[in-house]
Amino acid sequence: MCEEAYRDPVATVTTQPGQRRAPKTGRFNNSVVKKTVMAVSGIIMILYLIAHMIGNLKAFQGPEKFNSYSGWIRTIGEPALPAQTTLWIIRLVLLAAVVLHFWAAISLWRQARRARPVPYATKKRVQQSFASRTVRWGGLILALFIIWHILDLTLGAVNPEGHDSTPYERLVASFSNIPVTAFYVVSMLLLGLHLRHGIFAATQTLGQTNKKRERAVNGLAYVIATVLTVGFLLVPLSVAFGLID
Amino acid sequence: MMSLTLRIWRQRDRTQKGKMVTYHVTDVSPDMSFLEMLDVLNEKLILDGDDPVAFDHDCREGICGSCGLMINGIAHGPEQATVCQLHMRSFKDGDVLDIEPWRSGGFPVVKDLAVDRSAFDRIISAGGFISVPTGTAPDAHAVPVPKKDADAAFDAATCIGCGACVAACPNGSAMLFTAAKVAHLGLLPQGQPERDARVLKMVGQQDAEDFGGCSNIGECSAVCPKGISMETISRLNHDLLGALRAGAVPTS
Repeated sequence: MCEEAYRDPVATVTTQPGQRRAPKTGRFNNSVVKKTVMAVSGIIMILYLIAHMIGNLKAFQGPEKFNSYSGWIRTIGEPALPAQTTLWIIRLVLLAAVVLHFWAAISLWRQARRARPVPYATKKRVQQSFASRTVRWGGLILALFIIWHILDLTLGAVNPEGHDSTPYERLVASFSNIPVTAFYVVSMLLLGLHLRHGIFAATQTLGQTNKKRERAVNGLAYVIATVLTVGFLLVPLSVAFGLID
Repeated sequence: MMSLTLRIWRQRDRTQKGKMVTYHVTDVSPDMSFLEMLDVLNEKLILDGDDPVAFDHDCREGICGSCGLMINGIAHGPEQATVCQLHMRSFKDGDVLDIEPWRSGGFPVVKDLAVDRSAFDRIISAGGFISVPTGTAPDAHAVPVPKKDADAAFDAATCIGCGACVAACPNGSAMLFTAAKVAHLGLLPQGQPERDARVLKMVGQQDAEDFGGCSNIGECSAVCPKGISMETISRLNHDLLGALRAGAVPTS
């Protein structure tokens, strides 16, 4: 014996039955409903990312094409709709998706913290992937990235070219700066990991996976995550290495 | 024969703080089960006038779901089986083993390695049943069940409620357990009348018991002694969304 745990003259323990806890009412207290909100808002953002990536690749066609594409986004639906109507609808849907995604994530994160009040002295990983483990912190970093990204390339507030510049000028100015490009690259790699886990999780949350589909769903998650990550990295790396100027 | 160093969680009762305490056991046969090794330790503790280590166990043949320990950070230890079916040949002479109870807000420690899993009973009583008239048992083949459904329902029904899924989950989620019960009954014709209400009530009770939400990481299925797959969780999600679409109001 090295240490004595405790001395108990009679080894008896009285146990009382645990208290029945009343479930909360309301649809959005249900953890599966929260996860569904997360899945649907995530899918909306993925659809946007696909369109965004295709738009970015216009940078390879030169300043005129890139800037006119940027102008086209602001005039979709004209003259039937007033200028920027479609753009603002897209922006509001995306804002709602980001807010709901964030709300569901924070709410489930807090629930998970309550669920393990005493940590393990030793805990090993058996199955989890790096992508699934980093999905929460990766998401937080991506949220910061999105804020900076809008300030930099949409508003021009933190861009060397400033607000009175063309989108192409801001693009080149931003990615000619090595630390900025590095932050962008790290964020896109995190995005890839986030999507790799997120696409599988969304499919599972919406009740669409089974043993037969598991390989296909995981394959789809890898393909979408890789295509988006590589697609988003092509333009900034091309600027950084002088292929675009 | 093997000698081992054990670091075991000792906690007097629910209200006291616990700590890891180091013990040495010698003369451990590789043919002993893990629980028999703990029995050897406890005999020695009793002879020394010390308090034996409390741990849950019952059938010791892997079907009751009573035993469950975190061994070196893995629920039920290195083999995908219950602790009673784990043998000391899975370890080496001189190994240092950390032995902890299931850690979950929903499973308060009763004493040492024994936890109160009555939260699982409350999830079951919220909806894990079917309503059938008593009286003469119906003929076994009176209600046909497609073979595919019968197999999937049986796979889910093998859940013994040990709680390893909760213990292993980084979110402390009980989804694999609840999903196994929901899938087991929801796949069978006898489970249909209460199918929508069942999934909503069981998930509602699960959320109320300080279990976390599932984030589809898969640790649960990897340590489940019955190998229940992540597919059952997808099935629960599918049923819950179906119930909401059908206009059911969640109790959680």
